[in-house]
Amino acid sequence: MTENILRKEEKTIFDLRALYEAYGYKKYKMSKFEEYDLYAENKSFLAEGNIITFNDTHGKLLALKPDVTLSIVKNAVNGTVLKEYYNENVYRAIDGEYREIMQVGLESIGSDDLFSTCEVILLAKKSLEKISDKYILDLSNAAFVSGLFEDSDIPYDVREKLLECVAGKNTHDIDRIANENGLSADISDKLKGIAQLYGTFESVIDKARELVSNDTMKNALCELEAIYDFMKEVGESDNIRLDFSLINDMSYYNGIIFRGFIDGVPHGVLAGGRYDKLLSKMGKPMGAVGFAIYMNLLDLYFDDVKEYDVDILVTYEDGADIIAMTKMVNMMLGGGRTVRVQKNTDNIRYREHYKYTEGGLEVAKA
Amino acid sequence: MQKLNIALPKGRLGEKVYKLLEELGYGCPGMTDGSRKLIFEDEGGMVRYFWVKPSDVDIYVERGAADIGVVGRDILLEHNPDVYELVDLGFGKCRMCVAGVVGQEVSTDRTLRVATKFPGIAKAHYSSKSREIDIIKLSGSIEIAPILGLSDVIVDIVETGSTLKENNLEVKDTIVDISARLIANKAAYRFKNEEVTALAEKIREVLEMRK
Repeated sequence: MTENILRKEEKTIFDLRALYEAYGYKKYKMSKFEEYDLYAENKSFLAEGNIITFNDTHGKLLALKPDVTLSIVKNAVNGTVLKEYYNENVYRAIDGEYREIMQVGLESIGSDDLFSTCEVILLAKKSLEKISDKYILDLSNAAFVSGLFEDSDIPYDVREKLLECVAGKNTHDIDRIANENGLSADISDKLKGIAQLYGTFESVIDKARELVSNDTMKNALCELEAIYDFMKEVGESDNIRLDFSLINDMSYYNGIIFRGFIDGVPHGVLAGGRYDKLLSKMGKPMGAVGFAIYMNLLDLYFDDVKEYDVDILVTYEDGADIIAMTKMVNMMLGGGRTVRVQKNTDNIRYREHYKYTEGGLEVAKA
Repeated sequence: MQKLNIALPKGRLGEKVYKLLEELGYGCPGMTDGSRKLIFEDEGGMVRYFWVKPSDVDIYVERGAADIGVVGRDILLEHNPDVYELVDLGFGKCRMCVAGVVGQEVSTDRTLRVATKFPGIAKAHYSSKSREIDIIKLSGSIEIAPILGLSDVIVDIVETGSTLKENNLEVKDTIVDISARLIANKAAYRFKNEEVTALAEKIREVLEMRK
């Protein structure tokens, strides 16, 4: 019955915590503030928005945490395994508005093997399952797309524009940019193939193999296949799709990336991937993989519509024996019933209405 | 089959796109009656259409009120929405241009005053040239700004160039070519993948044939 009191969102957060605890991840509780320098050095790690800063009492520049991953990574010790999850509010300035964003997330730091990747993807999938049975988890490998550029001398700015087109599944502008810059038909056709490729592993894996043009791409695809085989063998391959149009900042995300969607929510609610490069940038060369769920995007989805505010409303009048009344109300409680006591019926939706009089509680006539 | 929610821009472009969709089997009764209704649903059919302000289409799609929509590239460049851009429809072709008074040299030794309805596009264009500008955001009749000395140049859409001509203006520079694009919501692309990709594919095919 207590479950009724929890909002769906709160219940989901509990479920997620139980899930991560079950897999041996520890909760990481952090302060809301962090020295600004940490973010200044890794600004492009933050996907969107600006950092909200202020001075501490000694004039040092602090930031309201825009992200949890960087703080966890900062505290990671080189060579030590760290498995942590968090449930925190982070703060960003987006389009000139200050926003509070609730994130639930998980980081597995310290190993770069197939198992650590698979475990985190499995937990990402199970997390989505806790939210809805209508979900999709898309997988990609950043090395597959960047591998295509490996042997080419396409300038950086053109590359960025092409990647933007891939992320937008925009094939007509790939053609246009390829024309303007005299790119080979091989590159532009493959980019278009990468942009358009989407579906279950079985349905698109052959197409993906045709796009391979060097060892980097081949290895990237092999890694994806190995993950998919793992998921299949453990009976968790449903709702997984291959989608090379997922693109994160490549200076941090070097390998597997994934994104989760819930039917009924217009944006991706889960984002994650392997970010070994961030670790080596911070002087701790080891593997790291994790994800975050944007709980604020689920707000609307979790909007539980309640017919009543309380089960029972008890009204009383001036001079009533409040002790006797409270005793009676206490007897009505239990079994998850909610009882509210006030003088009038204003501003409240109730299932039943009782009036307290000298003789006790009686059903109020409508 | 799941129903597709399609946002179309009110006006000539939207009507043209609807005609194409109707030919492809996505018709909906009452759409072309000239009524003031904004939402049309084909009972038991595949689609639901709504007419919205052209510059709002991307908002409906990005936020998932519509699964797909048709919008000019100018709006996409200005708003930069988080959507998939699936097909270049080739309709409503025009150019985003910098225009100024005929024969008048655009001065480069001071801050350039730019009047426009598209501050985002204008800013991006000039910052790529490292040019300092002063944006003057207007909502219409942009063409008179340089004549009245309100701005040095304008950044606006040019279709045939006749409006410019009549106001003694000329194109100084083309920023980008514009045409209508079919866009899709990122979640709809996943959860209604079959429906969305089938429609995009049909449009691509018919456009290819008409080339």
